[in-house]
Amino acid sequence: MEIRPILTSLRKHRIPAALIVLEIALACAVLCNAVFMIGQRVADIHWPNAIDEQGISVVTVNGADPKLAVSDIPRNLVALRGIAGATAVAAATSMPLDHNGALSDFTATPNGKTTVNTSIYFLGSGGEQALGLHLLEGRFFNAEEYADSGSKDFNSTGHVVLITQSDAQRLWPGQSALGKTLYTNDTGWTVIGVVADVLAQDPRFSGPGGRYSSVFFPLHPDGVMGDYVLRSAPQDRARVVREAAQLLGKLESGAVVDGTTYADMRTDYFADTSSMVWMLVLVCVVMLAVTAFGIVGLTSFWVGQRRQQIGIRRAVGASRGHIMQYFQTENFLLSAAGVVLGTALADGINLYLMRYYEITRMPWYYLPVSAVALWAIGQLAVLGPALRAAAVPPVVATRSA
Amino acid sequence: MLGYYLNLALRSLKRTPILTGLMVLATGLGIGASMTMLTVLHVMTDDPLPGRSAQLYTPHLDPLPLEYKLRDDSPNPTDDLTWPDAMALLKAHRGVRQAAMAGGSLLLWPGRSDLRPFYVNGRYATADFFALFGVPFERGGGWSAADDAAAAQVVVLTETLARKLFGTGNAVGQTVRLGEHDFRVIGVAAHWVPKPLFYADQTGTQYSDADLFFLPLSAAVSQKLQVSGNRSGWAKGDETALTSANMSWLQFWAQLDTPAQIAAYRQYLVDYSAQQKALGRFQRPPTNAKLYSLMGWLAHENLVPNDVRLQLWLALGFLFVCMVNIVALLLAKFLRRSGEISVRRALGARRRDIFVQLGIESALIGVAGGALGVAIAQLGLWSIRQRPDDYARLAQMDASMLLGTLMFAVVASVLAGLLPAWRACRVPPALQLKAM
Repeated sequence: MEIRPILTSLRKHRIPAALIVLEIALACAVLCNAVFMIGQRVADIHWPNAIDEQGISVVTVNGADPKLAVSDIPRNLVALRGIAGATAVAAATSMPLDHNGALSDFTATPNGKTTVNTSIYFLGSGGEQALGLHLLEGRFFNAEEYADSGSKDFNSTGHVVLITQSDAQRLWPGQSALGKTLYTNDTGWTVIGVVADVLAQDPRFSGPGGRYSSVFFPLHPDGVMGDYVLRSAPQDRARVVREAAQLLGKLESGAVVDGTTYADMRTDYFADTSSMVWMLVLVCVVMLAVTAFGIVGLTSFWVGQRRQQIGIRRAVGASRGHIMQYFQTENFLLSAAGVVLGTALADGINLYLMRYYEITRMPWYYLPVSAVALWAIGQLAVLGPALRAAAVPPVVATRSA
Repeated sequence: MLGYYLNLALRSLKRTPILTGLMVLATGLGIGASMTMLTVLHVMTDDPLPGRSAQLYTPHLDPLPLEYKLRDDSPNPTDDLTWPDAMALLKAHRGVRQAAMAGGSLLLWPGRSDLRPFYVNGRYATADFFALFGVPFERGGGWSAADDAAAAQVVVLTETLARKLFGTGNAVGQTVRLGEHDFRVIGVAAHWVPKPLFYADQTGTQYSDADLFFLPLSAAVSQKLQVSGNRSGWAKGDETALTSANMSWLQFWAQLDTPAQIAAYRQYLVDYSAQQKALGRFQRPPTNAKLYSLMGWLAHENLVPNDVRLQLWLALGFLFVCMVNIVALLLAKFLRRSGEISVRRALGARRRDIFVQLGIESALIGVAGGALGVAIAQLGLWSIRQRPDDYARLAQMDASMLLGTLMFAVVASVLAGLLPAWRACRVPPALQLKAM
């Protein structure tokens, strides 16, 4: 295919050609960044969380008399264990992704400084099993440790702690965290186990450093525990949480009782993120459609203007395929120019957004992928007008316009 | 002439219904998306107390130790005041009115068998709160400075909560059990919810929260009621005592009517800081003390989430793409009519006439696109109201935004029509006529 005549013809139609290039460039720039944002948010929604998310249900009790907690919590737990299908039950202070951040600073040295927000979880007896924590090193708490652990101002009065893998690597890089001491100011706790990464109570608030920075303390029945965690088979969870909420509603008649499956809790935490994702997807689709229609409109106009020229070419021997090829190559050249301009623009916008918003650098492969996508859209859009051009009969050449 | 051009434009648009439809659709989509996000931004940055906001100021002190490091991921402790500082500012009485306040979430026991206990959000405040912000009352009124001093167990309910608890009867004089304590109702405030809840702690959801009760701050502190919102401590030991000098948790607002009062208040804050520094309590320069106006404070807090700003940029980018598209389509449309334009030119029309005629045609597309844009923006705002974000329910268009949308659409499409119209009116008539 000879490109030179196409270039000559484009030079005569500078404004329409420039408009198509500009349109593709803008679409490319906005699209790259929108798709990148979609990718980042989808990744957020799928943050892994090493607890049994599918099997856990949580019943929250608010407003129970804290003075009676010592006797009421064991009584409630016994009652909850009676629910058919509940394989493990425990009380806890909070859950990952429950929005109620209980944060503190923990360091590897006394009175050290940290830049990480660590989420504090207090677990009642059997809490590790109820959550389905995944032990990587060491052991879980024993009965004795549960018995002598209290909480004062949300600090554990016990002596042991479970930490996550991320924290173990951050605080003691290259060493085993087992047996080391974790500090808040000058109070220390011995690390007895390392568990796979569990999300913070409010990871967006805690920031990237605090996302998987979680510590677990044992706690005997105490008024600060408002969550009852039940574990069951995933297919039983809806029934288990319903029965548990009813049961606790009867037992704690003066309190506010709310039951939810953990799967719903997670969906709830990311609800605004997923609505943003859908909005971005919608904008991308509509924008691609608008760009495609623009190309169709301009190319149709071009075809209309060049009917005579096409007729002459057909009369002197060009096949329909040649005419099709002409318009498709022309569109390819324009798309190529648009994409080159667009990727530069996309990169510029990404750099600008990085400076002012929490956005990371766009990976390089976004650019070729969007270039190919826009090129394909362009070819698809030009198909109709090109077919119409190819259908121009050679006899048109003999008529005046 | 205008009517004639309008007629011509209508005919021309009718002749190419698909192209016209595409242009109207593109304008509508671009305008609709942009106006949706502009409306969200507009309601989020709106003045929460029109008419009163210009006199409201919030003072901020810097009691942090020198070695304290501010962190990006934690709230700034100097955004709030400590109890001793707030009480000192209150006692100094340098503003026309002033009040200290903090948020609270308490379990309410309705004392009725058909209502289970539930949590309500409210505000612990000092006596001037109601006069300072102009809270309207339906019955009764607020409490006095004497009640503040005595830590009286009195409460003001909002009309919604009073109706929920006591039906249509008179709530004043009744008793409400909040947390562990009984409070006597002394007033019922009419529905009053500034958006955003500018006087609340910055960690809350300020667009969806509303205060349902108000009670004396002194009573909350003496009864150790639950304080919601951020508490930042910077010393070991008495971190959790509300009256600690090393923990900030209170918000403070003052009414200052004249520039002289404002300047005097600024000076007073610096003097107070200097005095505290001399006493050894403050360590940082006294000039760190700041006085924000209401709108200045909202700007400082930057309540608009980054997601909203990003979506606005995206919508404007989208509008730009749509507009480039319309430029291209209009160009195609106008140039296709070179013959017709040449005939008009040959019959004596000036370039300016052609330009106006084509301009009117693009404006007409703008009007239609704007109307479609209003509809799409309403749909967009409706979808935002279904979203779980805390500002979602505010997303409503007022008359000025509605009119603005139409104007925006017409201006955008006339701008888009400029280049094609200019190009079309420069078509050499003789050349075209010869080919006809």
